[in-house]
Amino acid sequence: MISRGPFRAPTGGDIDRSRQLEFSFDARRLYGHPGDTLASALLANGVRIVGRSFKYHRPRGIVTHWVDEPNALVQLVGRDDEPNVRATTLPLTNGLQARSVNRWPSLGFDIGVLNDLLAPLFPAGFYYKTFMGGPGWNFFGPIIRRLAGLGVAPRRPGEHHYEKRFHHCDLLVVGAGPAGLMAALTAAARVARVMLVDDRREPGGQLIEDGDLINGVPGGEWVSEISGQLAERPNVVHLQNTTCVGYYDHNFLTVVEQNSSPNWPSPSWLHERLWKVRARRVLLCTGAAERPLVFADNDRPGVMQLQSALGYVKRYGVLVGRRAVVFANNDSAYPVVDELARLGIEIVAVVDVRTQSPSVPAAAEHLLGHAVVGIEGSDGLTAAIVEPLGGGKTRILGCDTVLMSGGWDPRVQLASQTGARPIYDAELATFVPGDPIQAESSAGAARDQFGLAQCLRDGGRRADAALDALGFPPAESIALPEVEAGTPYRTESAWQLPGKSRRRAFVDFQNDVTSKDIEQARRENLVSVEHVKRYTTTGMGTDQGKLGNINAIGLLAQGLDKSPGEVGTTTYRPPYTALSFGAITGNDIHELVVPARRTSMTDWIEAQGAQMFEAGSNYRRPSYFPRAGEDMQAAIAREARACRQSVGIYDGSPLGKFELQGPDVVSFLERIYTNRWANLRVGQGRFGLMLREDGRILDDGVTFRLDEGRYWMFCGTGSADHVQMHMERLLALEWPELEVYCLRVTSQWSNVCICGPKAREVLRAAGTDVDSSHSALPFMGLTIGHVAGIPARVARVGYTGETSFEINVPARQGMALWQALMSAGDPFDITPVGSEASMVMRCEKGFVAAGYEGDGIVNPYDAGLGWAVDESKPDFIGKRSLARDRNVGGIRPSVVGLLPHDTGFVPPDGTPLVDGPLLDGESPDGMPRVVGYVTQGCFSPNLERAIALAVVDAGRDRIGDEIIAAAQIGRGAVRVVPPCFIDPEGARMRGPGNEAADG
Amino acid sequence: MMLLPCPHCGPRNEDEFICWSEATPRRPADPSALSDEAWVDYVYNHDNIKGWSAEQWFHARGCGRWIVFERHTVTHEIRPAARGDD
Repeated sequence: MISRGPFRAPTGGDIDRSRQLEFSFDARRLYGHPGDTLASALLANGVRIVGRSFKYHRPRGIVTHWVDEPNALVQLVGRDDEPNVRATTLPLTNGLQARSVNRWPSLGFDIGVLNDLLAPLFPAGFYYKTFMGGPGWNFFGPIIRRLAGLGVAPRRPGEHHYEKRFHHCDLLVVGAGPAGLMAALTAAARVARVMLVDDRREPGGQLIEDGDLINGVPGGEWVSEISGQLAERPNVVHLQNTTCVGYYDHNFLTVVEQNSSPNWPSPSWLHERLWKVRARRVLLCTGAAERPLVFADNDRPGVMQLQSALGYVKRYGVLVGRRAVVFANNDSAYPVVDELARLGIEIVAVVDVRTQSPSVPAAAEHLLGHAVVGIEGSDGLTAAIVEPLGGGKTRILGCDTVLMSGGWDPRVQLASQTGARPIYDAELATFVPGDPIQAESSAGAARDQFGLAQCLRDGGRRADAALDALGFPPAESIALPEVEAGTPYRTESAWQLPGKSRRRAFVDFQNDVTSKDIEQARRENLVSVEHVKRYTTTGMGTDQGKLGNINAIGLLAQGLDKSPGEVGTTTYRPPYTALSFGAITGNDIHELVVPARRTSMTDWIEAQGAQMFEAGSNYRRPSYFPRAGEDMQAAIAREARACRQSVGIYDGSPLGKFELQGPDVVSFLERIYTNRWANLRVGQGRFGLMLREDGRILDDGVTFRLDEGRYWMFCGTGSADHVQMHMERLLALEWPELEVYCLRVTSQWSNVCICGPKAREVLRAAGTDVDSSHSALPFMGLTIGHVAGIPARVARVGYTGETSFEINVPARQGMALWQALMSAGDPFDITPVGSEASMVMRCEKGFVAAGYEGDGIVNPYDAGLGWAVDESKPDFIGKRSLARDRNVGGIRPSVVGLLPHDTGFVPPDGTPLVDGPLLDGESPDGMPRVVGYVTQGCFSPNLERAIALAVVDAGRDRIGDEIIAAAQIGRGAVRVVPPCFIDPEGARMRGPGNEAADG
Repeated sequence: MMLLPCPHCGPRNEDEFICWSEATPRRPADPSALSDEAWVDYVYNHDNIKGWSAEQWFHARGCGRWIVFERHTVTHEIRPAARGDD
């Protein structure tokens, strides 16, 4: 089959030329091969312009061949629907559809290019200076964003599958270039658990491009041999297409593996896997990145990194141009030039800022002490403008590509994420990793070893050092491969280059930051590199300054007349490259985000069609049980009426439960509760109020005495975690002398509450050996026996103000009990009740609820729970703070009831309460005076009117006053009343009830 | 993600734990003897140390025990824990 694309070399590259893939770019149909990236396929087809720049909308082309790419970000559409995808790392697949970004109406003609002509008006800080004034950013922001946005967020849920995995190893080697491979081989021989990860499709790093011989064979063959050896080792995990993106505390690293299967993408296949790796030692063999040169027009399509030109032809068989001018400041460029010339790219000239350098191919002109000062051709490069550095005659060199090499920067990002500050190496004119803070080191080019021989040696040595530190026994050393001596690396920094005043030299291509912007930031006295970064936005794009950062630092240093080392780098933070939300979330989606807890009755409840909600501690509970044709209000009203008139049944199993044992439980209860416990008899329960040390309500609930030293504590569903932490903390850290054992038994028990005037009859009808008469089982009493043949603890407590029994049975027998009670209750029309009705009933009764009235501000007195506080006790948690509340004085809030004038007006929870007349939201003195808020408002089906509970400043002194509930749904006058609307004496709950009628 | 040496469970990931606070002085034996100022200082004020700081951690998704670790607040080094309940 014929190779498609005019720039495809006749041979070479790791692509499958026998197969053809069809793809589209901006609706243009193009062809490539398996093994291509989108970028290599575009270049093969001669596509030069791949996007428009962020601010000036200048046409931009592909600059690099890997993760450093600032320009070639595309929007995937159709099947994939993903923004900001780097064309340089995206494997080409059949049917891929990509679009360029930042262009309107089209890539060829973009109206935003006016920004480029108006560039003098858009200096660094322009947006801050201009748009924060006048109508402000809220006005300008959306307009600017439409012009500047990169991609479009996906509009439909992703189809891919993701997963997460933990991994432990002795040595994690990041990067499978020459240093990484030698390191992994060395560590494998010492029987360490090794993990080797590399972001490329195949291992070998730059060796694949450079073409050196190792042990007399091409580098690629050596790489295959080593990979084969590693694959045979059971102690080695070797992953390609896998990027280490984050380096966190205590050698915890996140590694993203991408599916490299040829059948990908099929929606059913795993797309990405996030490895969470805990490594005892880490070896960073991440290599080095070639730096661009900051010369005028260096952003023109056709200007590219020199190494990338080599990469495209070696990896993909693509020639990035036919006639190249090379611009360099270092010796590593020269072997690449030789290789490119050999592979068929005509080298017009090699321009070097230095006065001494290696030689160049005979056909090429060698211009020492020169610089490229401009580019001809904005949409299609036609020539490079060259000038001697000291000034002199300008020459125009015809070419179709300019390849730049500004020296090499070790990829210090991961090392720097650990907190180790990179340090400046003047000889290499770049930053190298600083002294390690965590158990890691860098090896090879990631450190400062730029030659192949040095990388191979360094990888092995550093791996040995890491394993020595871990105490691994020595093994027979791995023979160092033989390589030809390479050109020694020499460079000369070239930050500021001469240029024509109207031509701009770009430092950060993606964010359109020029050398002038850096200069201007410095003139405005922003001398910290961190400030310059934020002011100019250099290094803040999706490429995170992989290309531009060192140049920005160099330019700033030069302007400040300092060494780049004195300026320092900005802080590198995770991730090294962008990772997908899919990889972060993995399987934790939908119902798996937080798996719901269920009781024995949840299946039944859901089968009834109950409306469910998350009720705290991850329990799903019913809000209400709608019958056919019923809306929410009707269902709640029916359930609440049933409890007051007949009998309701409620699943109370999620309530927090603890069993406390030990000789000191009573002293412990005395200290954590506000009231007295020493006089509680066996078989009795008591309401307890638990405070935090600041005197605010932590929780409340009933605790029963089961035996001499054995208590059973109930707490709120959602506060069980806090109560457990609170009690365990006090026992462990404050009162270790107390012998108390605290066991959480929440899910050990099913708790079914039947409440209402007919509750006792239902209990008896279900069959029980428990004497449920008022005298035998009074309010707050507990009896152990059987109900419906099931061993049960029957307690007479409740939260509705009616005669109530809570029947506790072993968890798995809960449903049997429930069914027995439903059958026994059938003659009384027993009604399943949800939490909404329960809350309506507690509102009618004015029972304080933690999280509603107990809002972290009110103390027990404010809440009207002073009866449960016994300050004659020597001490309890929170007591001292209650005394301080009194000392401080001032107005305290209190819990009150509200009766809206309009009996149908239910003020929503949280509604502000405002004092005095209110005209258009303002009181006569200018500001509304908020005196409190509604904690719960509801329509009481038993009173047939709206009621509410509220927290109001000095509310208890204001009974009878009228204030305004200022809800968003409307305002209404409300009267402050005592917080109890039904049976204030509590006779129905505490008294004998209809016992006489029971006979 | 720090690795915390739980004396009951062994080294465990930080996200199994809840960090509660600096290990403040033990609760006063007789709070009523303290002035309001001294009490407020005990309840609310922490030293916010730069350097080695003793901290109370709760192993919520593990043994459910309280542990005092010493953590260097700059480098996140952790010193062997004292068992909270010993």
